[in-house]
Amino acid sequence: MATLTLDAVRKSYGEREVVHGITCGVADGELVVVVGPSGCGKSTLLRMVAGLEPVTSGTVLIDGRIVNAVEPKDRDIAMVFQNYALYPHMSVYDNMAYGLKMRKMRRTEIRERVERAAGILQLRDLLARKPRQLSGGQRQRVAMGRAIVRDPKIFLFDEPLSNLDAQLRVQMRVEIKQLQQELGTTSLYVTHDQVEAMTLADRLIVMNAGAADQIGPPLALYERPATAFVAGFIGSPAMNLLHGQVFESGVAVNGAVLPADRRGEPGRAVLVGLRPEHIELAPAGPVSLRVELLERLGADTILHGRLGTDGPIMTARVPGTFQPAIGETLAFGIRPERIHLFDPESKRRLGN
Amino acid sequence: MRTRRGIWIPHAVLLAGLALVLFPIYVAFVASSLTLRDILDAPMTLVPGPEIVANYRAALASGTVSTSGQPVAAMLLNSLVMALVIAIGKIAISLPSAYAVVFFRFPLRRVCFWGIFVTLMLPVEVRIIPTYKIAADLGLIDSYAGLTLPLVASATATLLFRQFFLTIPDELVEAAKIDGAGPWRFFIDTVIPLSRTNIAALFVILFIYGWNQYLWPLLVTDSPSMTTIVIGIRQMIANGDAQTAWHLVMATALLAMLPPVAVVLAMQRWFVVGLVETEK
Repeated sequence: MATLTLDAVRKSYGEREVVHGITCGVADGELVVVVGPSGCGKSTLLRMVAGLEPVTSGTVLIDGRIVNAVEPKDRDIAMVFQNYALYPHMSVYDNMAYGLKMRKMRRTEIRERVERAAGILQLRDLLARKPRQLSGGQRQRVAMGRAIVRDPKIFLFDEPLSNLDAQLRVQMRVEIKQLQQELGTTSLYVTHDQVEAMTLADRLIVMNAGAADQIGPPLALYERPATAFVAGFIGSPAMNLLHGQVFESGVAVNGAVLPADRRGEPGRAVLVGLRPEHIELAPAGPVSLRVELLERLGADTILHGRLGTDGPIMTARVPGTFQPAIGETLAFGIRPERIHLFDPESKRRLGN
Repeated sequence: MRTRRGIWIPHAVLLAGLALVLFPIYVAFVASSLTLRDILDAPMTLVPGPEIVANYRAALASGTVSTSGQPVAAMLLNSLVMALVIAIGKIAISLPSAYAVVFFRFPLRRVCFWGIFVTLMLPVEVRIIPTYKIAADLGLIDSYAGLTLPLVASATATLLFRQFFLTIPDELVEAAKIDGAGPWRFFIDTVIPLSRTNIAALFVILFIYGWNQYLWPLLVTDSPSMTTIVIGIRQMIANGDAQTAWHLVMATALLAMLPPVAVVLAMQRWFVVGLVETEK
């Protein structure tokens, strides 16, 4: 049982700083997901925790011990890699046992631990196989097994599900969540997939260009995104972000005035965030969209429509049974408290 | 119809190629089973004769007059030692040097790599005089060390291993680091097992390279006891006065072919295993 603390952790390659001071903690048994687009520095952050990249400044503490200068093998961590990084020439058993052998553990204890992990992961019948004889999902399980047998203080996951097909990814996502809850091991999990992030995380760190834009529970980030970036990144389909202006009675977007709690001086330019799932069909609503494209998902339909006649494209989520014609103009409304406003310069959230 | 033609044309080409390769060897075999007089009686018969045991025994045990009575068995042993030391030595040196160049960051790494690379352009023949001088100064003339050491350093093998090591994913190195395997353990537990097909292939190539060496052994050995088989065959032919003992030359030539063939056959199993086991 352990905690992980990052204090103003920075990373530079030469002059270029790629991680701009991340401060956060992972509580005992908590699963924290670092999510962001590719190149945002999330993998670098994880690799610094693992000890595979040196920390430029700041401190990494595992269970209260500063580990900046500690070798990866002495940090008591286990890592699951994106491509699994299984030793191709070793059997499943040897892959899991290797780390324990390196630690000079007794043979009987190694056997016991590997068999226990294999039981949890349903790998019992596959122990003698080589990685190439396994399916993608099975390899993924072996990679997990290799982490479990070590019984480490912290699990690190580096996009472990990216190489799996969509169906298997959903299944393994559930398995990882269950396993992590059962074992109660403190975990840091990196992904670019916001759905994976939302479903797995106890808390999320949304990274954008090397900085943590927001840290918090998934639903808090969904309901009150701190920046326009977080707003656009969390939630699927993505939030509509439109340029607008504050009015006495609300905010105006391309001529449509939405009733909203007034935030900021009238005339002030703002970025208006509207979630597709919060835009509701309303015959007398202020927003009129001309239907341009429909994505039918079955339960819902994602409607892409143009605001006004020459305005920006917006998306709205409508019931799957609703079948509008292309080119038809429809009226929508949105509840005032569901409107997010951001500063167009700093991209930060306005008001609460 | 088409499928039948599709089968027969490649077979015909293969059989023609096989005949081209095998016929001279067959002629050599026939010649090694005749007396010298039968060989010189043109046209030579293509039916094996009765002298086969006698000829091979004579060659193995006592060579010919022109080899100063040095038996072919001793020459085979010399060549075997030379080829094995060169092949194993080259692999033993190239593996760690390629490992160093690929997996470690040290000052002048690029310089080291290019230094090794440049020696590719300097084969033994080009640097033979300075190499001879060094070997002579070190007192290596007429010894196994002199025969093999200068040929052991190998840019080719180092480059080949380097190219292979570059394909080992970084994550594997990192997984090993987290598992607690240091550089040596990773080299022994992971890199070498993964390289074993490459090692087998290189061993065959290098063994044959060593076995077929001619110029260097010619220079660095004087005494008949150090003669290698390739030089021995040459000596048997290039004699001014006496008649060449063609029946013994042919027997020796066939004997000289056997060890390389044995190595290829033995290593073939490894190739097949390697091809089947290739990841992805």
